[in-house]
Amino acid sequence: MLKISAEKLNELFDKIASQQTLYIPVDREDKCAEFKKYESGMTLSKALNTVRSAKDFFLPQTENLAEFRRSGKTIEVKDIRKESEDFVVFGVRACDAKSFEILDSVFLAEPVDTFYKNRREHGTIVTMACTRPEETCFCTTFGINPTVPGGDASVYFDGESYFFVPFTEKGKVFMASISDMLEDGDVTKLSEVQAKAREIMTRLPLANLTTDSFGGEKLMEHFNSEKWAELSEACIGCGTCTFVCPTCQCYDIRDFDTGHGIKRFRCWDSCMYSDFTKMAHGNPRTSQLERFRQRFMHKLVYHPSNHEGEFGCVGCGRCLSKCPVSLNIVKVMKALEDK
Amino acid sequence: MNNDTLIPLVGVVTDVRQDTPDVKTFRVNALEGGKVFEHMPGQCAMLSIPGVGEAMFSITSSPTNKEYMEFSIKKCGCLTEWLHAMDVGQQITIRGPYGNYFPVETELKGKDLLFVAGGIGLAPLRSVINYVRDNRENYGDVQIVYGSRSKDDLVDYQEIIDEWMADDNIQVNLTIDNSQEGWDGHVGFVPNYVKELAPSTNKTVLVCGPPIMIKFTLAGLKELGFSETQVYTTMELRMKCGVGKCGRCNIGNKYVCKDGPVFRYDELGALPDEY
Repeated sequence: MLKISAEKLNELFDKIASQQTLYIPVDREDKCAEFKKYESGMTLSKALNTVRSAKDFFLPQTENLAEFRRSGKTIEVKDIRKESEDFVVFGVRACDAKSFEILDSVFLAEPVDTFYKNRREHGTIVTMACTRPEETCFCTTFGINPTVPGGDASVYFDGESYFFVPFTEKGKVFMASISDMLEDGDVTKLSEVQAKAREIMTRLPLANLTTDSFGGEKLMEHFNSEKWAELSEACIGCGTCTFVCPTCQCYDIRDFDTGHGIKRFRCWDSCMYSDFTKMAHGNPRTSQLERFRQRFMHKLVYHPSNHEGEFGCVGCGRCLSKCPVSLNIVKVMKALEDK
Repeated sequence: MNNDTLIPLVGVVTDVRQDTPDVKTFRVNALEGGKVFEHMPGQCAMLSIPGVGEAMFSITSSPTNKEYMEFSIKKCGCLTEWLHAMDVGQQITIRGPYGNYFPVETELKGKDLLFVAGGIGLAPLRSVINYVRDNRENYGDVQIVYGSRSKDDLVDYQEIIDEWMADDNIQVNLTIDNSQEGWDGHVGFVPNYVKELAPSTNKTVLVCGPPIMIKFTLAGLKELGFSETQVYTTMELRMKCGVGKCGRCNIGNKYVCKDGPVFRYDELGALPDEY
């Protein structure tokens, strides 16, 4: 298997970054990891995952859709789309890599969202296998194997070297572009590291969580469950869960008058907010219970019912660690599952 | 790059009609004349004044009208207030058509039809009614029950009198909520009027109006012996994209913009009551 030793990793990053834009997870001063555009000398974060998911690369928090010029009674529409530049995202975990497939099922369905597709086509995803899953991890619940993380190419770290395996055409092109820096390596130690990671996974507190009780068939049963009231009672509707979630894709479209033209942009929105569904004539979800229920019904019931059983959650655990009042999808699943 | 449905086209308002104190009907053409796009009865379009807002409106004109599209719009918010202030010649942005449509070429074909509308709820049904009138041989009896708060609030009143009521092949029953000077027609709420008229239960019903009217109309129809599979309605929820991606107009696992807005009542009954 082709590898590069850990001390040469930054040389590799320099080489990739000389060819196209490279993003890697780095530690901020507050110790939180986030994806940053690579600049020479940056150090790859050792954190298990970034605080925000990697969805920004394809569905940015805000992006302009079109521009307008209004003068008198006339309106001019300007298509501002440009072909995206090629870029590499290095160090995406298996959960986030899977989330792209879920986003694809929404944004690449007809009519295709060309803004999303453009970025998707130009982005190369280099995933990194997990070696030490944490207590909040439950990706295996959704059939994800964090030791085989997918993407266009994968990187496996054995403590000394990074091993590379391509999966897609884009991954092969990426490998070819760095092949002069890679050398053949012995995978004995890597096999041990992977075996240990798999062993940790079986001991995680959420290892036995299953999706057996969920899916499209249980729509009315779960919707009408009496447990939503208690489950949602503490929810303050802050929307943190939706913002850190790699699969939350709801968006708003708004206009901004710059004074010299109008920009129409879309930005992330949250079903947890009271004005999400508010109309001139009323609001179908007036209580936080209804909004809370919507979010989890979407992930556990509505999405799978429309996408051949695929759930809208990848078990990354971000909502478990970030909700200010300790609500999360695991609590919901445990409360609603058939006992 | 391929077209993206989120990037709108430009249309121009070529006629404005004050229908009721708070409803105006706007005629929209493409800048070069003709229609901006084709549609089917019941489909919707996103209209916008950039910088003010964008919202979904049902296309009230029939697809058989080859010259222009019409939108009947009630003044009830920021964008609609702006639209109501428009004059002829004002350009707007438009994108669509969105959603499914009343099954005029399939399930409704050959059927006796009963239209039940309240207030601005006539807007989406008017498209179907005029489609049916223009393809009259394809349908059986046609009956329209339409009601509003007052005579002045009946949308498209002139067209109803001049064309629909003058058409021997259509039965039109109008009603207003409270008696009023200059009105010698029926007085009373739409659901009660439908019950009084006791239409034949072999009719297929298309209903649209305020939620409370729809609810009582449906209950009345059931009492008369109609089943839920005979009744169609069209829904409205807040929308941003129009194509099932922005995530806000769902009723259960159905997106009103994409899987609706037209639903048969038995389909709606299988979904959560969250609309």
